[in-house]
Amino acid sequence: MSSENGIAKSTNPGPPRGVIAHHKRADRLFALLGLLAMTLALAVLVTLLGQLALDGVGRLSWQFLSSYPSRFPDQAGILSAWIGTVLVMFLTALTAVPLGVGAAIYLEEYAPRNWMTDLIEINIANLAGVPSIVYGLMALGLFVYAFHLGQSFLTAGLTLGMLILPMVIIATREAIRAVPPQIREAAYALGATKWHTVKDHVVPYSLGGILTGLILALSRAIGETAPLLTVGALSFIAFLPHTPWKSEAPFVSADWLFDPFTVMPIQMFNWVSRPQEDFHINAAAAGLILLVMTLAMNAVAIAIRARFRKRIQW
Amino acid sequence: MTAIADTQDALKAAAKDLSFYYGPVQALKSVSLGLAERRATALIGPSGCGKTTFLRCLNRMHDLYPGNRYEGQLLLYPDQINLISPEVDPIAIRMRVGMVFQKPNPFPKSIYENVAYGVRIRGISQRQELDRIVEHALRDAALWPDIKDRLHSPAFNLSGGQQQRLCIARALATGPEMLLFDEPTSALDPTATARIEELVTALKEKVTIVIVTHNMQQAARVSDYTAFMYEGRLIEHDRTAKMFTNPSNSLTEDYVTGRFG
Repeated sequence: MSSENGIAKSTNPGPPRGVIAHHKRADRLFALLGLLAMTLALAVLVTLLGQLALDGVGRLSWQFLSSYPSRFPDQAGILSAWIGTVLVMFLTALTAVPLGVGAAIYLEEYAPRNWMTDLIEINIANLAGVPSIVYGLMALGLFVYAFHLGQSFLTAGLTLGMLILPMVIIATREAIRAVPPQIREAAYALGATKWHTVKDHVVPYSLGGILTGLILALSRAIGETAPLLTVGALSFIAFLPHTPWKSEAPFVSADWLFDPFTVMPIQMFNWVSRPQEDFHINAAAAGLILLVMTLAMNAVAIAIRARFRKRIQW
Repeated sequence: MTAIADTQDALKAAAKDLSFYYGPVQALKSVSLGLAERRATALIGPSGCGKTTFLRCLNRMHDLYPGNRYEGQLLLYPDQINLISPEVDPIAIRMRVGMVFQKPNPFPKSIYENVAYGVRIRGISQRQELDRIVEHALRDAALWPDIKDRLHSPAFNLSGGQQQRLCIARALATGPEMLLFDEPTSALDPTATARIEELVTALKEKVTIVIVTHNMQQAARVSDYTAFMYEGRLIEHDRTAKMFTNPSNSLTEDYVTGRFG
C-alpha cells in the first residue's frame, strides 16, 4: 500500500499472526474459567436450596404457620416466630433508616471536610465489619442492663438496627455521592438553601441507591441469630405479643414493645439442635418460609425503587 | 477605574480590586470591571485566566466549596451592596442573579417542574400563577413552541440544545436582575449554538448578561462589551467592536487575532 504519511509504510503492519492467536487463546481460557466459577457457585446454591425444599416442603401447611411451638414435632408451628420476625424487622427498619439516612446526609452534605469527618468515616466502615455477636454483647449491656428495656422486641429491634446502621450509612453516602455536583449547583444557583437542595433533589434522586442498600442491610438482619440469642431471645413462646392497636384512643399501644420475643432463625436454631429427625424437617420448612419472607421484603423494596427509577435518569 | 469607556450605560455591577483565592492559589488579581446594565458583557481569555472564577463570584457560587476567599469589593447596583461581603447572604444574591452552566443541567424532573422550581422556592405555590410564569419563561427562552404539548414529560427527553434553553427558562422564571452564562454553548452543536446566541441577544433587552466564552466569534456576535482576562488579571475592557478591531493592548490583539490562547 502506498502512503505519504509514513504510518502505513511498514512492510509488515501490526504484530505477527501468532501473537493475536495467542492473545485470543488467553481470552477464551479466561472466559472458560469465569464460566466454571459461576457454575460452581450456582450449583452449590441450587443444591442447598433444593435440599432445603426437599426436606421442608412436605411440612408446609396452614397448621404450621398458625401453631405455636410444641414438644410434638407434628403439632409444632412458627406462628410466634414469623410474627416476631415481622415485628422485629419493622423496628429494625424504623431505627436504622432515619438514623442511617440522616447521618449519611449530614456527613455528605453538611459536615466540614476535616480530620474529624475522616475519622468518623473510617470508623463507620470499621463498624460495618464488626461481628454481629459483638453487637449482641453491646446491646445486652446497654439496652437490657443499662436502659432496662428487658429481653423484648424493642431491644431486639434496636440491636439489629444498630447492627445494620453502618451499612445503611455507607450505602446512602454512596447513593448521595452519585448525584452529579452540577445538579446541586443548579439548585443552589436558583437560590435554594442546603435543605431545599437535599430534600428536593439529592434525596429523591438517590432514593434508588438508598433502597438498594437498605434491601441488603435488612436481608442481613432478617437472618441474624447470634446477637438476638445474646440479648435473650426465647425459643419457646406459646403466646403472641400484645396487639399494637386497641379499641380506645389513641388506638395504638406500645405494650408489645416490651413483650418477650422470638424470631424465625432462633426457632430454626432451636429445632436443628434437637435430636429428633422430625424437628429437623420443621427447621427446613421454617427455612423456606424465612426465604419467602426475605424475598417478599426485597420485592417490596425493588418495586418502590423501580417506581422512583422510572422518573429519574441521567 | 470602573468607568466604561465613552458611554452613558448605567452599571449593574462593578468589581473594585477584586481578588479571589482557591486556598493558597490566587485566581483573580485585583480585577476592576464594570458591567453595564441591560447589556451583554463577554469575558474572554485563555483557559485558566480567571474568567469563570470571576463569573462565579457574581452569584457567590464559590461559597459552596471550602477554602475559597474573596478580597476587595463587588458591588451590585442599584443598592450598591458589596455582594462578596461575609455579611451578605449568598442565597439573597442568588435570588437576584441567575446562572446558566457549561453543560445543560436540568433536574431529572418534568419540563414544567424544572422551570417552576426556582419560583416554588420563592414561595409561590398557586397553580395559576406558576402556570403563567412557566409559560412566560419558556416563551422567553424560545422553547414554548417545541414543548407546549409535553410540559409534563421528563426534561431528559429533550435534545442538548433544548435542555440548555430549558436551563435558561429555569433561570428566567425567577426574574433575575443579572444572568450569568458560563460557556453555555460549549457542549452544543452549531445549530443549537446559534439558537442560544439569538436568545442571548434578545434577552439583553430585559436583563444584564455576563457571558464567559472560548469562542471569539461568539463574543463578537452577542456582546456589547468584551473584557479580556489573562492570568487572573483584567487586561482590557471596552466596547466589543473596538476590542476586536482596534484593541489598545498588544496582548489583547494577539489573543483576538488567534496568535495565542
